[in-house]
Formats: sequence, C-alpha cells, structure tokens
Amino acid sequence: MKNFFAKALLGGAVAAFGLQASAAEITGAGATFPYPIYAKWAEAYKKETGVGMNYQSIGSSGGLRQIRAKTVTFGASDAPVSGANLDKDGMVQFPAIIGGTVPVFNLEQFKSGELRITGPVLAEIFMGVISKWNDPKIAAINPGKALPDQTITVVHRADGSGTTFNFTDYLSAVSPSWADKVGKGAAVKWPADSSVGGKGNEGVAANVSRIKGSVGYVEYAYAKKTSIPYMRLQNADGVFVRPTEASFSAAAAGADWFSVPGMALSIVAQPGADTWPISTASFILMYKNPQDKTASADVLKFFDWAFKNGKDMALELAYVPLPDTLTDQIRSKVWSQIQK
Amino acid sequence: MNSPLASPQSSAPTADMLAVVKKQRLQDFLFHKITMSFSLLVLIALLAIIASLWISAWPAFNKFGIGFIWSDEWDIVNDEFGALIAIYGTLVSSIIALVIAIPLAFGIAVFLTEMCPVWLRRPLGTAVELLAAVPSIIYGMFGLFIFAPLFADYGQPALQSTLGQMPIIGPLFGGAMNGVGMLAAGIILAFMVLPFIAAVMRDVFEIVPPILRESAYGIGCTTWEVVRYVVLPYTQRGVIGGIMLGLGRALGETMAVTFVIGNSHRILPSLFAPGTSIASTLANEFAEAGDMHLSALFALGFLLFAITFIGLALAKIMILRTERAKGTRT
Repeated sequence: MKNFFAKALLGGAVAAFGLQASAAEITGAGATFPYPIYAKWAEAYKKETGVGMNYQSIGSSGGLRQIRAKTVTFGASDAPVSGANLDKDGMVQFPAIIGGTVPVFNLEQFKSGELRITGPVLAEIFMGVISKWNDPKIAAINPGKALPDQTITVVHRADGSGTTFNFTDYLSAVSPSWADKVGKGAAVKWPADSSVGGKGNEGVAANVSRIKGSVGYVEYAYAKKTSIPYMRLQNADGVFVRPTEASFSAAAAGADWFSVPGMALSIVAQPGADTWPISTASFILMYKNPQDKTASADVLKFFDWAFKNGKDMALELAYVPLPDTLTDQIRSKVWSQIQK
Repeated sequence: MNSPLASPQSSAPTADMLAVVKKQRLQDFLFHKITMSFSLLVLIALLAIIASLWISAWPAFNKFGIGFIWSDEWDIVNDEFGALIAIYGTLVSSIIALVIAIPLAFGIAVFLTEMCPVWLRRPLGTAVELLAAVPSIIYGMFGLFIFAPLFADYGQPALQSTLGQMPIIGPLFGGAMNGVGMLAAGIILAFMVLPFIAAVMRDVFEIVPPILRESAYGIGCTTWEVVRYVVLPYTQRGVIGGIMLGLGRALGETMAVTFVIGNSHRILPSLFAPGTSIASTLANEFAEAGDMHLSALFALGFLLFAITFIGLALAKIMILRTERAKGTRT
C-alpha cells in the first residue's frame, strides 16, 4: 500500500515536472472580458500545433495575484498596470485585444440608437444628479423627441469587472466631478440612490430589459449578441456615434501606445470623428526574466500566431483585433525585452 | 462455556488468554483513539477556519478598528470599508424570510401530522422535502426572471396601496418598484428555508406519544388546543432547532440572494429598495478585489461567522431557559 502511494506521488511529480519541461500547455490567468476570444484562439491553436492553453478567467486582480505569485506564465488584466509597477515587478505589458462598453437603456417608444447621450450627461445620470428622463439636459441633446416624465433607474455591475473599469475610466475622463467623487475601478461606490446591481453582463442586461426607465452598461460583444437597445454616444470630436467594430478600431488606431511607459494607455475618449469613446484594450503581463524560459517563449509563440491568424475569430466574437502596425511594434519593442 | 473469560474459578491465565486480552485492549485503545481523532478533526478544521479568516481579515480590522462593524462606508476606489450595510442586509433579509416561513412551516407541519388524510400525507411530505432539494441557483434564476417582474407589476403596487398607506410601517413599502430588493430577497429566502423548518417541525410533531395526544382529545380539546398545549410544549426544543437551521441557511445563502437583492451598497428605509448581504457581497466582489478590499471581504466573512455563532448561542440559551422553567432541568 505504502509502495503504491509512493509510486503515485512520484508519478504525479514526474507528470507535473514533465509538463513544465515540455510545456505542452500554456498557463495564464486573469481578465474575464477577453476570455471568450482567448479560449477560441487557444482551441484553434491547439488544433494546429498541439499546444493547449489553460486560461483561468478569475478576474484581473486575481490574474495580477497569480502572475506575481508566479503560478502562471502570463497574467491578463483589463486595466493597464502602471509603468512604475511593471518595473518594480520586472514585468512587461502589451495589449492583446480591443473591445468596448456600450450604454444600454429601456425606455418605451425609443428603439436602439434613437436616444443620444453625451459623456457628462451620462455621468450625471449615473451620479443621480439627473433622475428623470425629461430632464432639460437630456432633452437638449435629443431635440424633437418626447421624453417621458419617468424616473431613471441606474443598473451597474455588482461584481468587480473590466467592463466597469472601462466605463468608470471613461466617465472620469469626461466628467471632473465623477473623477473627484467616484473615480475609476473594477468596482466603485455607485452614488445614485436608484442604483441596482446585476451580476455579470447578463445580470445587468436582465435588469435593464426588465426595469422600465432604466439605464446600464454592458460589454459590446454582449450588447451585439443580445441586441439590447443601446445609446448613441457623443465622442471627443462632437459626433454622436454608434458602437461598431469600425468605431472601436478607430479608437485603437488613433492611440499613441508608446507615449506612456509600459503601454499603460487608456483609450477612452480618444479623438477622431468615427471613434467610439468607451473603448479599451485588454492587456497581457509577462516577466522580463521568466523562471521558465521555454514556457514564456511558448506564450509569445501563441500570441504571435493569434495576432497573425486570429483576426477573423476576434471579429466573429465582436472583438476588435489589433492593427498590424501595432502588433509589429509589440514584437520589436516589447517582446524583445523578454529573455529567451 | 469453555471460553476462558467465562470461567473465573479456573487457575491462573495462560499465555494464550493473556495474548487475547492484550489484543483486545489494543483494539479498544486504537478504536478509542481513532474515533477521537475523527472528532478532533472537526474541531481542528473549525479552529483553522476561524484562525485563517481572522489572519486574512486582520489588516482590515487593524485599519478600521471595531468601528468597521458600524461604519456604512464601502468605497472600493478609496479603500474605505465598513460592514454595517452588509450586516443590515443580511439580518433584514433573514428576518423577513423567517417571519414569512415560520407560520407557513408551522401550518404545514400541523396539517401533515394532525389533520391530513393518510393518502395525502406522503405526497405532500415528499413535495415539501423536494423543495429543499432545489439548488439555490434555480431559486435565484426563478427569483430574477419570473418572480421579480410579477412582483414589480402586481405584488409591490398592491403592498404599496395597502400596507404602504399605514402609519409607522408605511415607509417600509415606499419608493420605486423594481421587483428586486430586500423584500424580494426575503421572500425567495422564505421559500428556501421553508422546507427545512417544515420538515423538522413535522418530524418532531410525529414523535409526540399518541397517548398524550389522545388523552387531550379525550377530554374534549380542539385540534388547536392539542397543538398549543400538548404538541408544542413537548417538541419545543426540536421546533427551535428547526427554526435555527432555517435561520442559518438564510444568513449564509449566497447565489439566490445575489440574484434578487439588488446588490447596492446603501441602507434605505424602504424594503423595496435594493440592498446587499454579506454573502452576496463576498460572491460578487472576491474576483476583482485588491489588497485592503480583499481583507475587508474576509472581515465580512468573519462577521458572518460570528453572527451565525451568536444565533446558535441564543437558540441554546432559549432552550435552556424554557427547560428550566418547566423544571425538566435545573
């Protein structure tokens, strides 16, 4: 009996080390927002190369904890880590996929895209300063529309999420009082008295489609899939845009990624007539001097493959792939820092 | 009767007999130690859980002090945390659940044991027990997608136009009618704890000796009098135990509450308003919690542990006091 356990233990240890040595599987953990596309890429990659990926979508903070504890080869985060913190941990960071957040609503007689909104007004609605749909500020940007005398219910994410980070990052950028009173984060203290929290995109969507006169926000891919009514949002150039793949890539294309240390760039409220203002990149974190150099190289191979071959898959799932100019720069300026 | 142990008058024990005794002693010794270690394992696990909760919660308790318990701050961006809102939501939703579930469970148990025709007893009893087997996520989905819309359209307007117009309790039923909120969570919880309380009550009502019950009927008591003066006093302990089981489940219920409580960190006077409970806060926020936030969540978990413990202790004291009053224990 003893012998059996000893053998089993030894076998387990050999298997564990064996896996690490041959790196038949890439390990990563973090952001939930890009999980569907990472999973899709991983599936296709495994078919082609036989190398699988084990990605645990445990949330951005969890991903940071895991990569700091070195239990995974790469971490994933929706919020960029500041350049100073990257240097402290000896890590590099690069964007892997673009997505965005869409304000959605439920108001009788208004169809998807018929309601227009500006960033500062959206911030005041979510702060509870504007509490009725027929508020003069909403009426001013929707001329000729009959807005009802109805109370606004604010629906937000109850769980910490990259979508909330993206949304509050945008509100902080366009509204100084939001930045001052609430701030940005994966979860914040929602100031409006009428706030209701839903778990996940589906929880927010369920509440918005159920509560009359409500307004919320969901990730673009989810809004597209469920065709829940969205608002047209005014961008930095003053144009009221619809959320489309083109408006997200416009936001990514206009951004100067290497202007901030560690590519820690937020791409909300970017200039450009076609730009959707609540866009975001999801980031990958890796060590410059990894403990397991083969595993680290395998991760880079995977993303290299995904950048080249994964664009259609990304568009299918309503994500926006990075432009080639950017991925070339990531290869030459970021990946070159990782020791092989 | 040739067993060596059965013949004490025989001469000095042989080596064989001694060996048997020795073996038996060893067996007993081992059996004692093994069962004891199993029992100790539970105690060790409990202590280890408390200790690890406390260690993880320490940074939050250290920073916010005892005031953590009654601070209504929950500001993740600025790292300011307090437990009052979550404690309030946990207690209020559980109390609503018990207020609704106890009378229902009592009625079910009395009907099943005293008045139900025999052929109906089994199917009804099984139905009650099956209600307990429904996974909590199902209650949550039912609550959010089916119950909440109906409650918003019919239940809440009805409550607001009746109870909402009364003095004192009126404000409890005021405000926006979204369906989800503290009251919705309480009602869903009531359905979840109902089968536990009802099943325990039925089981303890059944163990009342028939002679007591029949004597009472014999001297002309009504069914209510039999239940009130014979069955209830006899089964008090079990009834309180059943209620405490229900309370324990209501306090710690996570998934279903997360779906319907509204998940909003504020205390509003209306029961229609969204709120949050300790368990739902933990379920929602663990994944993306940073250092101090994580510690505050552990502190909430520790407090939930403490609340459950206090609940159990109160139940124990209640049982002891009633038994002392009856003179069954001094």
